[in-house]
Amino acid sequence: MSLLEVDHVVVQFGGVTAVNEACFTAEEGRVTGLIGPNGAGKTTCFNVISGLQKPTRGKVRFDGRNVSSMPVHRRSKRGIGRTFQRLEAFGSLTVRENVRVAHDIAQGVLGLVRPSKGDVDALLERVGITAYADERADSIPTGTARLLELARCLAGDPKLLLLDEPSSGLDETETDVFGDLLKELAAEGRAILMVEHDMDLVMSVCDEIHVLDFGSVIASGGPQLVRNDPAVQKAYLGYSDLDDDVHHGASGSSAEQTHVDLPAVEQTQQVPMVPTSGEARP
Amino acid sequence: MFDLGKFLAFTIPGLFSGAAYAIAASGLVLTYSTTRVFNIAHGAFGMVFSFFFWDFSVRQGINEWLSLALVVLVVAPAVGWAIQRFIARGLGEGPVSVSLVVTVGLLVGCIGFATQVYKPEARTVPPFFADSKPIEIGEASVTYHQLITILASVAVAAGLYVLLNRTRIGTAMRASVDNPDLLKLFGGKPDQVAALAWAIGMSLAALGGILLVSVVGLDYYALTLLVVNAYAAAMLGRLKSLPLTFAGGMGLGLLSSYAVGYLPTDGVLSKVGGIVPALFLFVVMIAMPQAQLRIGQVKGMVSAPLPSFEKAAGSGLGLLVLTALLAGAFSEANLLLVGTAATYAMVMLSLVLLTGYGGHVSLAQFTFAGVGALAYAKLDQPNLVGLVLAGLVAAGVGALVALPVLRLTGLYLALATLAFANIMDKLVFQDERAFGFNGALTAERLSLLGLDISTTGKYVVVMVLFFVVMGWGLLALRRGSLGRILIAMRDSPAACGTLGLDMRWFRVGLFAMSAGIAGVAGGLFAGLRGTIGASDFQFFNSLPLLLLAVVFGVTSVSGALLGGVGLMLLNNNPDLAPIIFVIIGFGAVLLAKDPNGLANQLFRVGRLLADRFGPRIMASLPALPSSGRADGLDPTAGSASRDDDSLVDVTGDTSAAPGRGPDVEEVATHVAPRG
Repeated sequence: MSLLEVDHVVVQFGGVTAVNEACFTAEEGRVTGLIGPNGAGKTTCFNVISGLQKPTRGKVRFDGRNVSSMPVHRRSKRGIGRTFQRLEAFGSLTVRENVRVAHDIAQGVLGLVRPSKGDVDALLERVGITAYADERADSIPTGTARLLELARCLAGDPKLLLLDEPSSGLDETETDVFGDLLKELAAEGRAILMVEHDMDLVMSVCDEIHVLDFGSVIASGGPQLVRNDPAVQKAYLGYSDLDDDVHHGASGSSAEQTHVDLPAVEQTQQVPMVPTSGEARP
Repeated sequence: MFDLGKFLAFTIPGLFSGAAYAIAASGLVLTYSTTRVFNIAHGAFGMVFSFFFWDFSVRQGINEWLSLALVVLVVAPAVGWAIQRFIARGLGEGPVSVSLVVTVGLLVGCIGFATQVYKPEARTVPPFFADSKPIEIGEASVTYHQLITILASVAVAAGLYVLLNRTRIGTAMRASVDNPDLLKLFGGKPDQVAALAWAIGMSLAALGGILLVSVVGLDYYALTLLVVNAYAAAMLGRLKSLPLTFAGGMGLGLLSSYAVGYLPTDGVLSKVGGIVPALFLFVVMIAMPQAQLRIGQVKGMVSAPLPSFEKAAGSGLGLLVLTALLAGAFSEANLLLVGTAATYAMVMLSLVLLTGYGGHVSLAQFTFAGVGALAYAKLDQPNLVGLVLAGLVAAGVGALVALPVLRLTGLYLALATLAFANIMDKLVFQDERAFGFNGALTAERLSLLGLDISTTGKYVVVMVLFFVVMGWGLLALRRGSLGRILIAMRDSPAACGTLGLDMRWFRVGLFAMSAGIAGVAGGLFAGLRGTIGASDFQFFNSLPLLLLAVVFGVTSVSGALLGGVGLMLLNNNPDLAPIIFVIIGFGAVLLAKDPNGLANQLFRVGRLLADRFGPRIMASLPALPSSGRADGLDPTAGSASRDDDSLVDVTGDTSAAPGRGPDVEEVATHVAPRG
């Protein structure tokens, strides 16, 4: 059983269907990518999983339990952590204080258990933002603020990490380092679900990828398989680099199965539905 | 048996006042929905315009209809236009607390203006068609004044419908609700639209006020407070729907009238008639759906610099010594004023916690002080235990208020606390078992650890001691993990939630603590005065309290102190009132630049002077011991991080002071520029 199961989730805002019968999973110890064009409903999915958005229909199961009606903070206590696409750092606090607050909240006994300064500093060190520790969080670069959100999130030691475009604002070298960090975090047994536009990063770190378009999952599978999926290519018109250069060791150990969930509603899709076959292993 | 005559006799006045509420409320809704500014001063403007109407029609003897036209069609729209142009422009895009405080400022300004220009005297405004005989309907009768009011409300409703649905500018107004920037892109002029909305809003405030004034009487406060009825009506339509607002206004008028007519004339229920609107407002608020946690940008608020331990200790002790010196020199009357200022300053401390640190706005702080005073007087335990219990009772009441309105934020929370304060005022404080209507309770001054502090001089020093201790407490809290969490909640509730913080209980605790501080202030105040009554804690006083707290600096303890002195002068010294108003106006303008208020500005000036003249003074003095340089006069400490053009000034006193290792990261919060 997967750590996270999103089960036929529908989110409607008035007449607009942002998420349409989306089904996908995230496994412990693996990095799962959630990709798709702008407006595909990725962030809305994150909001549903973390509890900031109530789904119109559908269920979210986490750790074998239906958490669909659980408030945000209790989901967090159960082990769902997230970062935000539009940053939500505590702007008036310093970077170190940001992480300290997260630590304090995670400890539960407010003010009684003082986090040792070492814990907090170790987290800053781990994501590589020690140099900014004493800066106010509203004055640091975007990429750094994203790393700060990751550090803050890690203070609660979540089982599932929802990362919303974590690498935007990072340069190439930083992104490489970040990719290694993600693999490391997954290797510790966490499930990582990541929304990301940097395809190189996605292809190099993700074990499994779900592609969202118009709120529906149009393809799921290992990087290789998703890249070659015609529906995905259509949805990603313009991402021509999907076809060329082969990425190092991306799908080596993963990619067992591709199941394409075909949405019932097709009228809004410009992408013709091309069901891909079930087998994936080359 | 159903008495049709009685029913009609209460229905007609109900329809009349309902119509007037509906007119005023639709103005409020129109302004809010096009500009996102909720004008708390709506009723106060109605009051001022009613005075204008009296001035034209009664004092100058101009024809009443011409006077009405002059006020409603010329003066009021011009005032509305000017307010949009010079004060309210762009206010709707800022945080709710700012626009709230600005309109509270307008309200206080309106009352200040009216009391200065129209000195208190008996004035009457006759109803329209005063000489015509009422129309008889069975046993009931309708006056022509009532009839034209009802007709006017219908005309206003129809006029607004046509304006919004059948005209170009009306369409632009509706578009402006959703997205002023988009409107601009499509060639619309949001500023013009907003100016029109303000002009019409003010006209309707004037019309509503003038139609009511012959019934309510020309009074500074009665008309201003009628706006609570308009809030309630407007809230039924969620500040958006004009039809629901009209229905709300009419419903309220009828309900209030029936409550007077059909509820028993004695006991608690007899009081309900007067608070139907406030109850209605409170219930509508509670029934509001929960707003979803907003996800947005990194919002760092500029916090006032935290003083170092040494500095806080020094200023506190200095304040105590100053008070002790004054206590010897001042007359009894002046000492009472110093004690009053200390009370206000303590109540403002409760706002520093709630608003300055927590980011919530409450318009009920004086009510909590009243609860504390009531509890202290009733307990009759003139010692520390009695005072602490009074604080705890107030905290309990604060928690009880916070529970139902927990889900509300910003404007709605503020209005819900206002409704609560109104209810407490009328239903609880004026009850015979509490202060009683026009009644008073006596309270003894407390003795502290067996010391006799019953003379006013000593008692005032003790009050200041309480202020200082609570101020130190707040600073300590702000430094600790609780303080950090409060700031974090203010900056991003969504992130706090996803990090696992259950914010509901935090908010209840925050409200309770804040109410507790106000309650202690109330208890001390009861002892200071010896006799206290409901009029000492009128809910209305919480409005200028919030205004002065914010203007002087709601993020700092020193701001609370200055604000307390300012409010005392404003309330007790009519000669100084104009000066205080100028300071308020000046401070309000500066708020846009620095939300930490005048206190922070004063410190800035102080530091600038120290930086500029400090070195010369240093140079002119014989060699000072080096320890004297660690307290902020060190020019290099200040200039180290002053090269950026930051809004937050550098706390030169601590950031670079040697030997203060553990606190450096606290201070660094305030050193970085605003992002």
